[in-house]
Amino acid sequence: MSVGQSIRRLEGHAKVTGTAEYIHHLRLHGMLHGKIHRSAVAHGRIVRIDSSAALALAGVHAVITIDEVMTLAPNPYYGPAFHDQPILAHEKVRYVGEPVAVVLASDPHIADEAADLIQVEYDPIDPVFDEVAAARPGAPIIHDVLKPAGMFTDLKHLGGRSGTNVALDARVRRGDVAKGFAQADRVFEDTFRTGKVIHATFEPMVSVAELNGADGLTIHTASQSPSFVRAEVSRLLGWAENRVRVRTAHLGGGFGAKLYIKLEALVAACALLVRRPVRIALSMDEQFYTITKHGATVRIKTGVMNDGRMIAREVETHWNGGAYADIGPRVTQKSGFTAAGPYDIEHVSLDNYAVYTNEPPAGALRGFGISQLVWAYERQADIIARTLGIDPIEFRRRNVLRKGRPHATGTIVSDMETDAVLDLLEQRMDWRRPFDRGSGTIRRGRGVAIGLKACISPTTSVAMVLLHGDGSCALQCGTVDMGQASDTALAQIVSEVLGIPTASVRGVRPDTDVTPYDMATLGSRSMFHMGNAVKAAAEDVRAQVLRIAATSLETDVSELECVDAEVVSSRGARMTLREVMLARFAMQAGTIVGVGSYTPSYRKPDPSTGQSPDVTPFWMLGGAGAEIAVDTETGRIDVTKLVNVADVGRAINPASVDLQLTGAAIMQLGFTLFEEMVFSDGQVVNASLADYKIPGFLDVPADLSAAYVEVPHSQGPYGAKGVGETGVFSPSPAIANALYDALGIVVTDLPLTPERVLRAIREADGRPLEDE
Amino acid sequence: MTDESRRTIRFTLNGRPVTASIAVYETVVEVLQREFALFGARESCGQGLCGCCTVLVDGTAVSGCLYLAAFVNGADVVTIEGLAKNGVLDPVQEAFVSQGGLQCGFCTPGFVLMTKELLEQEPHPTEDQIRRYLSGNLCRCASYPEIIKAVKMAADRDPRSEKLEVKS
Repeated sequence: MSVGQSIRRLEGHAKVTGTAEYIHHLRLHGMLHGKIHRSAVAHGRIVRIDSSAALALAGVHAVITIDEVMTLAPNPYYGPAFHDQPILAHEKVRYVGEPVAVVLASDPHIADEAADLIQVEYDPIDPVFDEVAAARPGAPIIHDVLKPAGMFTDLKHLGGRSGTNVALDARVRRGDVAKGFAQADRVFEDTFRTGKVIHATFEPMVSVAELNGADGLTIHTASQSPSFVRAEVSRLLGWAENRVRVRTAHLGGGFGAKLYIKLEALVAACALLVRRPVRIALSMDEQFYTITKHGATVRIKTGVMNDGRMIAREVETHWNGGAYADIGPRVTQKSGFTAAGPYDIEHVSLDNYAVYTNEPPAGALRGFGISQLVWAYERQADIIARTLGIDPIEFRRRNVLRKGRPHATGTIVSDMETDAVLDLLEQRMDWRRPFDRGSGTIRRGRGVAIGLKACISPTTSVAMVLLHGDGSCALQCGTVDMGQASDTALAQIVSEVLGIPTASVRGVRPDTDVTPYDMATLGSRSMFHMGNAVKAAAEDVRAQVLRIAATSLETDVSELECVDAEVVSSRGARMTLREVMLARFAMQAGTIVGVGSYTPSYRKPDPSTGQSPDVTPFWMLGGAGAEIAVDTETGRIDVTKLVNVADVGRAINPASVDLQLTGAAIMQLGFTLFEEMVFSDGQVVNASLADYKIPGFLDVPADLSAAYVEVPHSQGPYGAKGVGETGVFSPSPAIANALYDALGIVVTDLPLTPERVLRAIREADGRPLEDE
Repeated sequence: MTDESRRTIRFTLNGRPVTASIAVYETVVEVLQREFALFGARESCGQGLCGCCTVLVDGTAVSGCLYLAAFVNGADVVTIEGLAKNGVLDPVQEAFVSQGGLQCGFCTPGFVLMTKELLEQEPHPTEDQIRRYLSGNLCRCASYPEIIKAVKMAADRDPRSEKLEVKS
């Protein structure tokens, strides 16, 4: 029995000895290094690119611009939702830092030096940076025409739309929100904002491309989505997918940064143009110009009865998508529909706008937009509760969405343990105990929050489990282990089905020539989707093994089971897996292949109302509780206790679940207290870890813990749901609610920097600080 | 690059005398990777802030992404690859695996080497000493609670005895 056990991660030995494979390490014979010249303006037409000085530098092999790229890819635009991002800047630049040209050289130092020698002349256009301003009529237009990817029928109506920066508007309508506000005893309206932050993966993005035979291409890339990379690069080149091989290795962090196309189309074009292997590896600072997490402005209006019941909610969210859509429209739509929160509200109206701005593109970052929404609705929850004189946990209990009730999308909620999560949170916070709120300049407070996510749908995972001639086992699937221990958890499922030790299941690194299709490793979907596919593949192998053994042992399949790497009959006869292979292939050889595939059911929402009877395969619910001490003289917050609580269905590997929940809590703690990209005229001015602080040992709360509710999900493998993101939903509002509890001050924007907190304290005191 | 920019250095690498031809501007990480195919020290932030590039030079942990290779001429250099002996993990490595003190693993060699240095200086560190000593290493996956348990285990202390227990 390995499911439910905290089995050590299978690649632990390789990682502590420094021998684990990362694409970062890959060096190929004859390889050239590419360094990117980036745009110095936020918005402008390219007048001229002068590469002569770069080409004159000894050791420079080539300078590539979009003109060369378009000899291979005449329509050089890519993207998972919109085909709006050029492989290199084409005619226009849309943000500071956009790749304009690439220098190739054998020596990366020479390439780096030459990249600075490229001169680009721009004809500037007015930029727009704020997401609300960019959505207004009359704002500078960033894309002349919208270009939704053809494969999505729900985006088709946007094709050809011009004169707008709103890439996508997505709405949910339930009940009659105007009537609800009219009936309500009280109506609350607030606006909350979150800034842009980044993943800062420690293995910065890296891709290497090489020719593969006369008509093929291999891309080695630190990617969370090898299947997507293959499809998109093939589409750009006009090739069949089987000519492009995309392989990856362990990822030095992902968090959503390494999804879709990042450097892959560019290295592919470079390698094809110069007919040599090409490597492009970003530095940490370049990641700030590649992909970010959406900043958002959330206006939330809620109608409440005096007994605390919320009866109407209207939420309008502008998502700052930056210059290219990436997966932003999906964040807008598929997370946007949860903007009413984990609450049972009769009248709901939700509007979400994916907005282009002249900032670096925004995409997926652990939580896919959820934490921005939870920040708003859970901050407002405490404002409402306090105004009505209701305990914050009690207020939530009166409103939460329970199983059997319709979500705002109309989908009836199932397999979600709302009350159990609240109960566990209350218990972990020791909520009923008297709480010392401090005195003098150090005040203390505590707060809670809960957040909801719907796992993105529809998506597919396919897996293969192979039994080799000697009885050893390999798992071939496209789930990318970027630290979440998916290799181990998926091997545990194979182990459980086949009765073999987890450590004996060899995980094959994702490689599109070898591993079957998987949508991507994102959105906490892998444990559920790939877990189901792997379970089915292992069961396919087991069925074949049992049939062979039944013939050999002259018994019925129903008499047999797989235990301890053997097939055992109820009458005591045994066969090892080696013997099964010998029996099947008449020599110690051969392969038994098991295949499994999983696509959950799904019903597309009605575009005008957002209503769907089946909008998600599983709901993720996460709560957090925080205790803080705040220094009223400096505005500094010290988080003394932080608890993350989640509904996980079933923990396949409890230690990994803990690690995901506490790791997510600490990451979100950074986004809550200090992480923020600072811009000046579109230029990121803190693009380095020296200027953009991420959490270190001294930021970890003294009392940090995770806890979870286990009620098996009816469709999950052994009842499991995903958990990679759940821990980021709620820490930010929990901490801000603790600040509200301590001092009664309302801070509407993240992060809660000492300056922002001190300004709020002084404002409330009637002694506001002067503006900068 | 001109010839004056190159030189030959000799040093001890994981107990073995070695020679390398380097450019004067090259860092320890670049030379370890190119000349010796050792990738356990790797550049991430490029500013000596994250600790992913940590190596031990004459017993002192340094940031290999900033430390020029020319400076290790004549020195004793130990990298993460030099810790396990005959396939047997060093107790610090073993503790990191056993306590789950890692996720993506990119920063792990740096943490392991820094812990080695800590335990040389303070065989039985308190939790506060561990946090402060390792505060120059960053882990974006934030396996900090488990790293503390690993350091305590390596220091031959009972990991269950103190706070920061992560338990359901």
